Amino acid sequence: MSARMSPARTIAAHAALITYTLIALFPVFVIVINSFKSRKAIFADPLALPVPGNFDLIGYQTVMKQGDFFAYFQNSMIVTVASLFFVLLFGAMAAFALSEYRFRGNTLMGLYLALGIMIPIRLGTVAILQMMVASGLVNTLTALILVYTAQGLPLAVFILSEFMRNVSDDLKNAGRIDGLSEYAIFFTLVLPLVRPAMATVAVFTMIPIWNDLWFPLILAPAEEVKTITLGSQVFIGQFVTNWNAVLAALSLAIVPVLVMYLIFSRQLIRGITAGAVK
Amino acid sequence: MGEVTIRELKKFYGGVQVIHGLDLDIADGEFVVLVGPSGCGKSTLLRMIAGLEEVSSGDIRIGERRVNNLPPSERDIAMVFQNYALYPHKTVAANMGFALKMRGMDKAEINSRVVRAAEILGLTPYLERYPRALSGGQRQRVAMGRAIVRDPQVFLFDEPLSNLDAKLRVQMRTEIRELHLRLKTTTVYVTHDQIEAMTMADKIVVMQGGRIEQVGAPLELYDRPVNTFVASFIGSPSMNMVAGKVVEQGGVRMVEAGGAMLPLPNRASVEVGREVTYGIRPEALTAGGLGLSGTVAVVEPTGSETHVVLRVNGQDIVGMFRDRVAFRPGDALTFAPDPEMVHLFDRTTGVRLA
Repeated sequence: MSARMSPARTIAAHAALITYTLIALFPVFVIVINSFKSRKAIFADPLALPVPGNFDLIGYQTVMKQGDFFAYFQNSMIVTVASLFFVLLFGAMAAFALSEYRFRGNTLMGLYLALGIMIPIRLGTVAILQMMVASGLVNTLTALILVYTAQGLPLAVFILSEFMRNVSDDLKNAGRIDGLSEYAIFFTLVLPLVRPAMATVAVFTMIPIWNDLWFPLILAPAEEVKTITLGSQVFIGQFVTNWNAVLAALSLAIVPVLVMYLIFSRQLIRGITAGAVK
Repeated sequence: MGEVTIRELKKFYGGVQVIHGLDLDIADGEFVVLVGPSGCGKSTLLRMIAGLEEVSSGDIRIGERRVNNLPPSERDIAMVFQNYALYPHKTVAANMGFALKMRGMDKAEINSRVVRAAEILGLTPYLERYPRALSGGQRQRVAMGRAIVRDPQVFLFDEPLSNLDAKLRVQMRTEIRELHLRLKTTTVYVTHDQIEAMTMADKIVVMQGGRIEQVGAPLELYDRPVNTFVASFIGSPSMNMVAGKVVEQGGVRMVEAGGAMLPLPNRASVEVGREVTYGIRPEALTAGGLGLSGTVAVVEPTGSETHVVLRVNGQDIVGMFRDRVAFRPGDALTFAPDPEMVHLFDRTTGVRLA
């Protein structure tokens, strides 16, 4: 904050930010409050806060009774964490190679790896399904992890290679002179320095994976490999929807992703301020 | 020991040749400065000695060993970088000891070396700090400490002072020089600053376009530059160069330049009619007498001396005077060259004639 802002501008800026926050959080807020209300109360007054009288944990009870719910959670967690790990690992490695080494076709390779940002992976669903059937991976978490890793890599490579270009060459060379291997330079010098970028990529990668319904539905719809988003769908029927249960399931599904976001955003902020003060 | 021998060294990037067959001998314990304008290949040469750039052809020897194909860590060198290149997440002590740790040296030995280097560099109070908590000068000292603890055969410096402010730079210059006198380790130092080169070097290597223009002791280069490039690169303000032609007048050879008759040194033996570049350093000019006449354009007092820019036939000639002079812009003035301090170069090749 170098320039001091006039009070009017400060107020205007905050007003805009607060408005945006309210709009963004409103649906989440509605989901969470209604998950604590009885079915009747949800329909009578969707915006009312849960108070004694309309307070009801029936939604959570239904979800908990549905015995597989924790398994769904576990599946989502395994898929998200594993995909995230592979996206960050392979993305960072590819980005390091692209930014650090001069080789023939470097630029072309970079463009090729970034192409996936522009082409939605869902266009290839049929082919992916055929591949998974052929390799016997249908109804496994491995199938989802593979697809999500592929889905997350282009953006990860793109963002991380830009950041890695900014890591001082001298630092890497100092490492080489000190006898570090290329792997050691990557893991001990470069990765810690691009941690804020890694956190950004992690957040951008994690949320679509956690929330995805498409690939779980197509590649892994079996009971024992259902993810939480897919699992919640059992409460949505063609004619009757158990809103209490759906809202409760969604509220619960927010928690892990929120925790992970908080972890990464701490890294993000720490990285930003560390760079700023220098 | 720590002598460096370079033979027929060439470097290509793709089809572009950036180093054109260099030969250079660096004696054990010598402080050699590579100097030249940006893009002259001096940093590339240093990085090739360090092993950070591959050698396209030719030989580099450190001591008895041919090091062309050795990785940097096995060349027994230490390098100090322009932006210090300290490991940001390690303390000063860990930064300095890291290379030794990588070699698997005994902890107690590492510690004693780090402590000793810290004493030499005045870093003892900062050993447990992180680089971000240090000033620029201190970081530079840590970078030097990291080099010292390795006790290498050769120190390589890549423009180590260019990120420091002017005052600190002068101070660190002296410190590095003192350090060298104390440790007597062979040093190769790259800079684009000719003053750094002049003040620090035992031997200066002036480079341009991937070639060595001249190698010699600082004053040798200053007093007898082999061509116009070295002449204009070494010295500040730089040497005045006037295009002229050798003529004979009353049995005396002189250089005629834009109507002015300029004296030649007695030793000069150049044939009449030769097209030459007449070079004269600013401090070899005196005000008044016969020589280059024009009007004063700018007067720049530096305190200890005064630079006077004289516009002669549209060309700026700089004179430097130790005593306070009272010229003002617009004054008509003549600069007379001291004939014994004249440098004469061939006009087309730029090679020194006398």
